Amino acid sequence: MNYWLAQTQGDFWLPPQASTVSAEVDWLFYFIYWLSVFFFVLIVGVMMYFIFRYRRQPGRRAEHTSHHNTLLELTWSGIPLLLVGFIFYTGFKSFMHMTVAPADAAEIKVEGQKWSWSFTYPNGYVDKDLHVPVDASIRLLLSSSDVIHSFYVPAFRVKKDAVPGRYNKAWFRATQPGEYLIFCAEYCGTQHSDMISKCVVHPPGEYEKWLQDASDFLSKMPPAEAGEKLYTTRGCRQCHSVDGTAGQGPSFKGIFDHPVALADGSQVVVDENYIRESILEPNKKVVGGYQAIMPTYKGRLKDEEIGAIIEYIKSLK
Amino acid sequence: MSTTGVHPGSALPDSRESNYLTHKSGLGSWMMTLDHKRIGVMYLISILVAFLLGGIFAMLVRTEHLTPKETIMSADTYNQVFTLHGAVMIFLVIIPGIPAAMGNFVLPIMLGAKDVAFPRLNLCSYYLYVVGTVMALASIALGAVDTGWTFYTPYSTTTNTAVIWMVMGAFVLGFSSIFTGLNFIVTIHRLRPPGMTWFRMPLFLWALYATAIIQLLATPVLGITVVLLAVEKAFHIGIFDPQLGGDPVLFQHFFWFYSHPAVYIMILPAMGVISELISVFSHKHIFGYKFIAYSSVAIAILGFLVWGHHMFTSGQSSLANMIFSALTFSVSIPSAIKVFNWLATMFKGSISLETPMCYALSFIFIFGIGGLTGLFLGTLATDIHLHDTYFVVAHFHYVMFGTMIAFVGALHYWWPKMTGRMYSEFWGRIACALIFLGMNITFFTQFVMGSHGMPRRYFNYIEQFASYHQLSTVGAFIQGIGFIVVAIYLAHSLFRGRRAPANPWGGNSLEWHCSSPPPHDNFAVTPTVGDCYDYSGWQYDAQIGGYIPRPVGAEH
Repeated sequence: MNYWLAQTQGDFWLPPQASTVSAEVDWLFYFIYWLSVFFFVLIVGVMMYFIFRYRRQPGRRAEHTSHHNTLLELTWSGIPLLLVGFIFYTGFKSFMHMTVAPADAAEIKVEGQKWSWSFTYPNGYVDKDLHVPVDASIRLLLSSSDVIHSFYVPAFRVKKDAVPGRYNKAWFRATQPGEYLIFCAEYCGTQHSDMISKCVVHPPGEYEKWLQDASDFLSKMPPAEAGEKLYTTRGCRQCHSVDGTAGQGPSFKGIFDHPVALADGSQVVVDENYIRESILEPNKKVVGGYQAIMPTYKGRLKDEEIGAIIEYIKSLK
Repeated sequence: MSTTGVHPGSALPDSRESNYLTHKSGLGSWMMTLDHKRIGVMYLISILVAFLLGGIFAMLVRTEHLTPKETIMSADTYNQVFTLHGAVMIFLVIIPGIPAAMGNFVLPIMLGAKDVAFPRLNLCSYYLYVVGTVMALASIALGAVDTGWTFYTPYSTTTNTAVIWMVMGAFVLGFSSIFTGLNFIVTIHRLRPPGMTWFRMPLFLWALYATAIIQLLATPVLGITVVLLAVEKAFHIGIFDPQLGGDPVLFQHFFWFYSHPAVYIMILPAMGVISELISVFSHKHIFGYKFIAYSSVAIAILGFLVWGHHMFTSGQSSLANMIFSALTFSVSIPSAIKVFNWLATMFKGSISLETPMCYALSFIFIFGIGGLTGLFLGTLATDIHLHDTYFVVAHFHYVMFGTMIAFVGALHYWWPKMTGRMYSEFWGRIACALIFLGMNITFFTQFVMGSHGMPRRYFNYIEQFASYHQLSTVGAFIQGIGFIVVAIYLAHSLFRGRRAPANPWGGNSLEWHCSSPPPHDNFAVTPTVGDCYDYSGWQYDAQIGGYIPRPVGAEH
């Protein structure tokens, strides 16, 4: 469990700034903040003063004052109108900076599923964490394979929903090497709050090296080990344990070559073909006692990768 | 009221022997009553029971967050409990709270009418509320809903919980709300006595009128939306789920087209209550009557045009985002106008800090924060960071809890009128202070963790947020104690409380011209209508502990 990465502190209100838009967003945040403090202190201050100054006392009656004053009322409607007009305009301008990616941005595909993220790099490699070079614009193409999720990196001030059936776009340019948390911000069920990944911002030159190393794992590792990596990076781990405890799906421990009872009462032996079928058409033969909630991996895992996962499950005696 | 008129100066007969409570007795006389006051009381009792339930769910949520991992419940239970907290508080407590309980009781009396325009529809609306409540709560036994009160698709159409029961409960509750709104609109149009012109109506009635417009026009959209959701879930007809060819963001548009105006169903009546309280307890004519009245209507209309600000991160177009952001700011102006007018009303007044006024002043403080933090969320660039974090949770609790503060203030203000009994001022103020303090500790803390990036609806949270969550929970417990104190002294007052005078606060709207509790038919003769914010016709009488009409021609 390396979910709970300590995040370096920002200031009292905001997390650290680690992208090009952070400073702009924070400036506006503090502008609205101090404006709010000013008006709040004004309102409550006047209220407290009146409570004290005009408290009910024997012999003192409420004085007659005019019941309305159009000029005064237009003034205190007009000044807030001008101020919110400015806030709106500045907010929209910054929003457009946050929305329109530079033309040279590299694209990474982001897919949300219950309850993990997967990131597909330009060379086709898929990882559970987002790795990016520092000072480079990254465009994210977000989607979801089940319900709505929302990609959120507080340190980058970036948030965008991953909606099934459509693509959403977001972009950022990280300014500080380091590790940042990626949260799911749109409620998505049981493990919504555990759907956390890392964004690793690599110092100059190291991203390319990392990508090359990581992409080669199928040829470098023994199949069972590669299968284990796929198990942790591709979302199997969120529902299937390897220590026998039941999760949202059956545990993989000791499952291979053993019969399991399906929901309809029939039995099936967990062999290579059943595992393969369950990955590609997961809701066809659901083990009894579990719900049909697994998304299909058809088109998302190559044959080689499915083979590696089968080897990994075989190894879990 | 026997035979006399009700303008200041007339004798106030003692109707303790015959009032709406004693008019008829027996359970049947309540169950089948057409009296708006009894229906209001039945609503009040039901809503208080629902509030107790919603409060228990809130305490469970906060207790769970005492530690970053599992404290007292599993993740699935937590998801069900926060859903229930939201759904119960919104659909069963805050939306009907002030209009259906307080409004039903006082609207006809304040107007000078004997009842609402359609008393049978009024009773029907109460029973729909009961049926809707039972359906919504039945979902707990039938597989508890875990979608959040927003029912976002496709989660809600694919989760294996009792969503259909909950949404159909909301559907029935919607009709209850529509009927109440319809009744109020017709009553205000048709049953005003001679002299009660639009601009002589108490501002609470303007607020209820504006609320009723929203109830009537927005609630049907919620009804249609939840039916579409239920149809998709039951029969797999593709409307919102992309697997079936639907569009999940369409649901958000439909949902917020009702649920954003619903925020104004919740806050407008509260603002109306505050306008009454500030004026009465400052003994001062309300300042800027027409601006306050028109601002209620302006909020009701503008409130229909801003729903898309809940969806800035959903992928709707930048043009739509820009328009919704701009329109959102337009709502802030009428709200600001009200606050400034309340302060101007207090200027040179004679301000007494009785319990209802303590709640009114708390409301200005709390709504001030709730309103101003809305600026951060209406602004596109900052909303992207803050959306779906605890900052939003804190913001809407400052607004919605403001409504609860106004509701409790209204309850204390009209309690003597409804029950004929006075409660303990001492304990009233203590409880108000506890609730105010607890509320601010609970939710101000949530602003800070939210702006640091703590997402909402999280069962587990990272260690960094532990101390914020613990402080927030302590605040929730303080609030809980405050509400328990309120329950104790109000219950005590029913049996041991001092008999309430007709006019304990010196108000001048028509309900204070009736005895406490009011007689069955409110007014024996059509009342004479004056300026309800002119308090010069009343003087304090220490013997009865309330205000009596100043003898005609007496010195002020």
